Amino acid sequence: MSRYFTEEHEWIDVEGDIATVGITDYAQEQLGDIVFVELPAEGTSFEKGDDAAVVESVKAASDVYAPISGEVVEANGALEDEPALVNSDAEEDGWFFKLRIGDASELEGLMNEAAYKKFVASL
Amino acid sequence: MSGNDDIAHIEEELPLQDLPLDAWHRAKGARMVGFAGYHMPIQYEGIMAEHGWTREHAGLFDVSHMGQLLFSGEGVDEALELLLPSDIKGLKPCRQRYSMLLDDEGGILDDLMVSRLDGAAFDGADIYMVVNGATKYDDIGWMIERLPDEVVMNHMDDQALLALQGPEAGEALAALIPETADLVFMQSAPFIWRGVPLWISRSGYTGEDGFEISVPAADVTLLADALCELPQVKPIGLGARDSLRLEAGLPLYGHDLSPAVSTIGADPGFAIQKRRREEGGFIGHARVMKELADGPGSKRVGLKIEGRMPAREGAPIYAGGTQVGEVTSGGFAPTVGAPIAMGWVSLPHSAIDTALEIEVRGKRIAATVAPMPFVPHRYRRKA
Repeated sequence: MSRYFTEEHEWIDVEGDIATVGITDYAQEQLGDIVFVELPAEGTSFEKGDDAAVVESVKAASDVYAPISGEVVEANGALEDEPALVNSDAEEDGWFFKLRIGDASELEGLMNEAAYKKFVASL
Repeated sequence: MSGNDDIAHIEEELPLQDLPLDAWHRAKGARMVGFAGYHMPIQYEGIMAEHGWTREHAGLFDVSHMGQLLFSGEGVDEALELLLPSDIKGLKPCRQRYSMLLDDEGGILDDLMVSRLDGAAFDGADIYMVVNGATKYDDIGWMIERLPDEVVMNHMDDQALLALQGPEAGEALAALIPETADLVFMQSAPFIWRGVPLWISRSGYTGEDGFEISVPAADVTLLADALCELPQVKPIGLGARDSLRLEAGLPLYGHDLSPAVSTIGADPGFAIQKRRREEGGFIGHARVMKELADGPGSKRVGLKIEGRMPAREGAPIYAGGTQVGEVTSGGFAPTVGAPIAMGWVSLPHSAIDTALEIEVRGKRIAATVAPMPFVPHRYRRKA
């Protein structure tokens, strides 16, 4: 399994043709206490860059973009009952949705963990 | 991912200024944002934890961005009764009132606190006023143009302002200054702490018992340290200040109040005493009188929201297919444990329990007009 990162602070785990997407620990830390996550419905198709989800902290709403194109095959229902999972475990149990990858070439050019760490350190 | 943190709105044109406690906030681990022209702490350990701490113990807020003004001179009461719709002549020494600055059309330019001093504090000035940080320079300009030559206004930009709020605020402050225990809600008085002159009022904007403490900027770090050494007190950021005041049903200038909205619809009845309503003689009186007679076109209301999805400022409010209003403040209410909002709706839809809908990202969510405050006030009033 490979993990990729975007400059918009999403992480993507790729296993076969399925990508699991979430926001990074850095992103949840910046957002603060998360109180609601609006997830896409199964079967929704995204182009890279489309609005895919919304994460709401106490103070503000932030959009989460689809980091690559694909069709939603599953949304993380656990976030409905416990949105704070994004704070406590952003990069594992706090995942947002799984996509059937539309165009694997879009993964090229995304960062690996070391590059993302360097990117965050530069912010 | 992209954020649109409305409280973190940065005025890009002007460089942000540092408040006297800037280094202190950073040393305490605050996340700083641009607000009202200053670097301000939005949170330390997190809004939920800070909100809860203030509701259960005592939170220390730095509100030094607000404008602290002094007025003195011959005819100061008459001059201020032209500018403010409140009863200034009837304001006794060491008493405070919530008031508003109205424009010629009766629109709200700012909301503020006005107090009569005790004759000795602040070099014997007569009236002390605290106005919002984002509007203070506009307020000063507006008032200077309309004050007679005999009345002098002094903007104390070398004075810091702290708010200590929460059920343990009284006990905490009394540990430093025992005499503050005698103050009740909307009373103020001068105190000396370690040789430092303080002007303290029992008031605040969280719905909790608490104090606002005016202190020379040179001494504010010492005072903030002494307060935070007490077991009841932790520093609290702007984020929790906003969620606390929303739960307390208190309007925020620039959001729930603006020149466009009606003074009477804002329900600041307590800001306009009976004598002033009847006699008038203040800027904006014509509209106030008209709305008292005919009713305002719309009203500021509280909204309970079904489900977990918050509705934010700017979200349109519907009754069936018709838009009847707009959310002016909204968010997740930590003490309530659900999203709540404040908004303006047209008068026929403003009654408690009216069922409405709010549109959030193209979806309609159910909302009900609810009584405010959402969390009961716990001011310490006279027994």
